[in-house]
Amino acid sequence: MSDKKNWPLWEIFVRSKNGLEHRHFGSLHAADAEMALENARDVYTRRNEGVSIWVVESKNITASNPEHNGEMFEPAQDKVYRHPTFYDLPDEVKHM
Amino acid sequence: MKQNLYNYILGIADNSLILGQRLGELTGHGPSLETDIACTNISLDLFGQVRSYFQYAAKIAGDNRTEDDIAMLRKEREYVNVLLVEQPNRDFAYTMARQFLFDIYHLLFLQELEKSKDLTLSAIATKSIKEVSYHERFSGDWIKRLGDGTEVSKAKMQDAIDGLWTYTDELFHQTEADKAMVAEGIGVDVTKLKETYYKKVNEILEEATLEIPESKWFQKGGKEGIHTEHLGYLLAELQYMQRAYPNMEW
Repeated sequence: MSDKKNWPLWEIFVRSKNGLEHRHFGSLHAADAEMALENARDVYTRRNEGVSIWVVESKNITASNPEHNGEMFEPAQDKVYRHPTFYDLPDEVKHM
Repeated sequence: MKQNLYNYILGIADNSLILGQRLGELTGHGPSLETDIACTNISLDLFGQVRSYFQYAAKIAGDNRTEDDIAMLRKEREYVNVLLVEQPNRDFAYTMARQFLFDIYHLLFLQELEKSKDLTLSAIATKSIKEVSYHERFSGDWIKRLGDGTEVSKAKMQDAIDGLWTYTDELFHQTEADKAMVAEGIGVDVTKLKETYYKKVNEILEEATLEIPESKWFQKGGKEGIHTEHLGYLLAELQYMQRAYPNMEW
């Protein structure tokens, strides 16, 4: 199966429980979306980890460039006021 | 001891045991990491089913024998699996063709076994149906992929289907235990599954653009303990630990 080198890469997202969001679990190779789903089922949910699977071909993901991390992320570092941590919460409000 | 029921259970379970062992041989050797895991998952599903059957058989036997004794300590002639499941993994096309030809039967069989008057067998069938539905989908998909794939994959899949076709008819042969259990409303009348089986198999072969073999000559014997030369080697590997270190436990 030398052809498998040509199988594209897929990113696998699994929802572990109803109500939770899909989370990135990893990636695998498959010839098409259907095979990617079956492979994901066997590779990532065989220990009862999931109730739903999304697969996305890796090439369809647009990722930020690590070289641009400075301009992308550093400006947010000194803006602590963007966290809602400056409010005094009344005691009656729980679970915030 | 209810000898017919005991033999009947072995007839069901041995198919899953031997096929599970064949798939287990692929651990670490599958054509890709993903298919390797898929095949061994199916193997573990089958072994899980086998345990339920053999635990029940051991209870019926009513002596000191355990599920492990039944699985590991019989001689070749005492295994009553069909010849199809003992055929070797010649290549991935063979592995999937064997799986497909068995899965279609297995699901039809379990859907009938679920209606058994024997509540234990019915419960095992209910649990197994979900697993086997997935097996059938998985192997059926590979038949279509390889059949309707490249020139090479098509030739290999056709070769595998042609090579294994001769073992399909045996699935529908009745043993003495079969007949007795059908009469009691416990067993499945496999002769009634044959028509649906070939209809379903042929539909998928057509979708896969494969030729339906025309051979009308079929092998038989597994259900009576007369096996092909491949089973002995498989059992040697399966039984080695128990034979070399009797009563060993993990």
